[in-house]
Amino acid sequence: MRYLPLTDADRQAMLATIGAPTVEALFEDVPPAARLKGPIAELPDHQSELQVERFLGAMAANSVPAGSVPSFLGAGAYRHHVPATVDYLIQRGEFLTSYTPYQPEVTQGTLQYLFEFQTQVALLTGMDVANASMYDGATSCAEAVMMANRVTRRNKAVLSGGLHPHYRGSTATIAHFTGFELIQADPDPSGAEDLTSLIDDQTSCVVVQNPDLFGRLRDVSALARACQAKGALLIVAVTEVVSLGLVTPPGEMGADIVVAEGQSLGNAVNFGGPHVGLFATRDKLVRQMPGRLCGETVDAEGRRGYVLTLSTREQHIRREKATSNICTNSGLCALAFTAHLSLLGEQGLTRLAETNHANAIRLADMLDAVPGVEVLNDSLFNEFTVRLGKPAAEVVDALAERKVLAGVPVSRLYPDRDALADLLLVTATELTTDDDMQALVDGLKEVL
Amino acid sequence: MAYDRTTPTVTGNRGLDIEEPLIFEQDRPGQSGVDIADPGLKTMRLGDAGRRSGIGLPGLSEPDVMRHFTRLSQKNFAIDAGLYPLGSCTMKHNPRLNEKMARLPGFADVHPLQPMSTIQGALKLIDTLADWLKTLTGMPAVAMSPGAGAHGELCGMMAIRAALEDRGEGQAEGRHRVLVPESAHGTNPATAAALGFTVDAIGSDDRGRVDLAAFREKLGPDVAAIMLTNPNTCGLFETDIKEIADALHEAGGLFYCDGANFNAIVGRVRPGDLGIDAMHINLHKTFSTPHGGGGPGAGPVVLSEALAPFAPVPSVVHGPDGLRLVEHADEGAGTAKTFGRMKGFHGQMGMFVRALAYMLSHGADGLRQVANDSVLNANYVLASLKDVMTPSYDGPCMHEVLFDDHFLAETGVSTLDFAKAMMDDGFHPMTMYFPLVVHGAMLIEPTETENKATLDQFIATMRSLAERAKSGDTAYFEGAPYHTPRRRLDETSAARKPVLRWRPPSETKAAAE
Repeated sequence: MRYLPLTDADRQAMLATIGAPTVEALFEDVPPAARLKGPIAELPDHQSELQVERFLGAMAANSVPAGSVPSFLGAGAYRHHVPATVDYLIQRGEFLTSYTPYQPEVTQGTLQYLFEFQTQVALLTGMDVANASMYDGATSCAEAVMMANRVTRRNKAVLSGGLHPHYRGSTATIAHFTGFELIQADPDPSGAEDLTSLIDDQTSCVVVQNPDLFGRLRDVSALARACQAKGALLIVAVTEVVSLGLVTPPGEMGADIVVAEGQSLGNAVNFGGPHVGLFATRDKLVRQMPGRLCGETVDAEGRRGYVLTLSTREQHIRREKATSNICTNSGLCALAFTAHLSLLGEQGLTRLAETNHANAIRLADMLDAVPGVEVLNDSLFNEFTVRLGKPAAEVVDALAERKVLAGVPVSRLYPDRDALADLLLVTATELTTDDDMQALVDGLKEVL
Repeated sequence: MAYDRTTPTVTGNRGLDIEEPLIFEQDRPGQSGVDIADPGLKTMRLGDAGRRSGIGLPGLSEPDVMRHFTRLSQKNFAIDAGLYPLGSCTMKHNPRLNEKMARLPGFADVHPLQPMSTIQGALKLIDTLADWLKTLTGMPAVAMSPGAGAHGELCGMMAIRAALEDRGEGQAEGRHRVLVPESAHGTNPATAAALGFTVDAIGSDDRGRVDLAAFREKLGPDVAAIMLTNPNTCGLFETDIKEIADALHEAGGLFYCDGANFNAIVGRVRPGDLGIDAMHINLHKTFSTPHGGGGPGAGPVVLSEALAPFAPVPSVVHGPDGLRLVEHADEGAGTAKTFGRMKGFHGQMGMFVRALAYMLSHGADGLRQVANDSVLNANYVLASLKDVMTPSYDGPCMHEVLFDDHFLAETGVSTLDFAKAMMDDGFHPMTMYFPLVVHGAMLIEPTETENKATLDQFIATMRSLAERAKSGDTAYFEGAPYHTPRRRLDETSAARKPVLRWRPPSETKAAAE
């Protein structure tokens, strides 16, 4: 077996040192009835690299990669062009195969990029401080609500109807088990949602997504002031982090916590994971944050260096009094994010965002001209909602047969709401070509 | 004057160890490492939310970025470079075949919300991995979506709470206590407490196992569950685990097993045969998906019949048109009692591919050999060091061996000092000060992917350091490490006055004034 370096001669020599007759003897503490006598019969034996490649290659060929056809899916996961440098860098073994940096003297590489990641996230979101990542945007959202409950010592959170249903669902699960109240506004594609009336003096936080599920943008400054007036925190969720190249950062609009999905930078869609959750807040709230934090310090020779810090918030020190149970997070996805954003820089990110926006505007105008298609958005970044006049899921299935992945039917996320059944979420990014757009237009004309 | 390796250089660099500023300190305004044409955007549709000010990101060319991160990488220790014996972390070889497979477009470039007809290969991958996990653990069900071990703990304990509530024995009805051994990972009590349970610590006996008598005394109608790691964090198999399971079940409680140490028994023992109800599996430990400097991981949770109905969504089911995702509670397929969603989308697909590639490569026979060799390697370290260091417990260990700091008594050398000195000899330290049940713990897990020559060198180093400590050379240890990219870092001041991000010199100067 190619991954196992011990030879039988090694094993015999080592058993002699140990003074055990067989390896079996080392398992003497396992109750005999629980010891399997040989390899599990229901599973195959070992395979060569070539065999495994053939097997998994055939399996992979049974999916349609989004990049192989015109594709317009978003709703929380976005395909972007990732420079070759990024994937090379994250595959350097020194990054890929390192552990959480518990020994800072020999993990300055990981620690410094985490410090850079935290800074980039803080800059993008307009916040003071960010942590070293969470599992994904949805779990970041749930953790942010728990943090707001701790900070305000209140137990009622308000969720916008424009918040991604997976973020709502993940938060609702935590709410059920940790015992706080959730007020969930209905999803409203018209953009008429007014959350201010839902805030009272028991509200710990309001969670609003920007751009929202339907692609709409808004200035949440007034909502931030309304929260502040009642002593509640404003949590802003961002599912498409590239939007922050063009959109006012949540921190500038008065957000107290920003949670985001960072997948768009550096990371493939990966059928939904791994992605990378971003989490940023104000300086004064930092000791209530979940997750790892990297901080600057000096070594014994006075040279600048980095360490994991404020770990007295964390489970391995505080155990049952920790701010969160999180341990492993998304370190390597954070590196991909940081490397990609380092390559882009200010100008690159701005142009990337502009290109996304320009393509989305062009596509929206083209679709709006198709009979039976109505674009609902008066504002958008790279995603918008269209009404099709018939169930969107059927249209998507029909277009999939024509080799066009038309977008995400809202019914996939809200199967039980008939009023949303004919809505389709459509995304254009820098990867979307004119030919792609025309294929969608042509396809819709055929099936509608 | 004599010159040596500490002699100052012009740059502060030390040969190939090159000082590297932050990317923010290398800003060349207007520079970019990505060529994107100006799209000539004339009108925007951002409503009232358009950006009014710059972001503050630095501009660097592609070679600048390449060099920056390459230099950073060279300041890292990694399993690719050497033994990484962190106990309960299972730092084993990460095969590159797994990376290649995870990047196949049919897995990596599939959007999670594509129509079912276009994702059959991706669903087959998840379904196949689920089958392997169920077969290896002897459990009837598995929840695939948790993002890492601690997330898996949340999943398992939520399922336990939901099951107890379903039979009218929730926290409100009095089942609020969760028994957690003192040797447990910090995530265990943190998880139980987060879900509203009262954490009740149970002690170890002098054999490093759960004290069965003390455990029985703790049982009662208010006990919801036990969270037990097996093999435990002392590197020992819980010999009374079956008795614990039976007594717990008789008392109406449910059994959460922390599967962090599954590597010791994979292919040799099925946890399902031991009476557990839930166990997370760290794919980034036992099944070799890379740790990536702190993730991403994946923490699928195998579940007993009693807990299966409460598993989170989504799940993959077989239907008339092939495989299908059940994403909502009201979509049938036995999900009526699901406790809901834990995460965006469907789980850590990229990690699933890597783990399955690893499993297929080993097969049933190879995985059994993994357990054998990991246990053999740990026992070889134990046998080779027991006369100069102090093993905390008698007898053979499983895949990791626990020493305490008694052998350093009166040397003035702490476990931390000892660990720092190991780095100068090219070894990453073991897990330190954990578990909490022994003084100055040193928990060593070599894994099965270390060859004998590496172990022999490690053993020689540890013996030599132990002897050096006993010889009274305390100063050497207190000053260590000497040869690493950084010397010992001041963690106290980092926590006292946290600097958690770079700020432009103009801002830091203004703040100082």
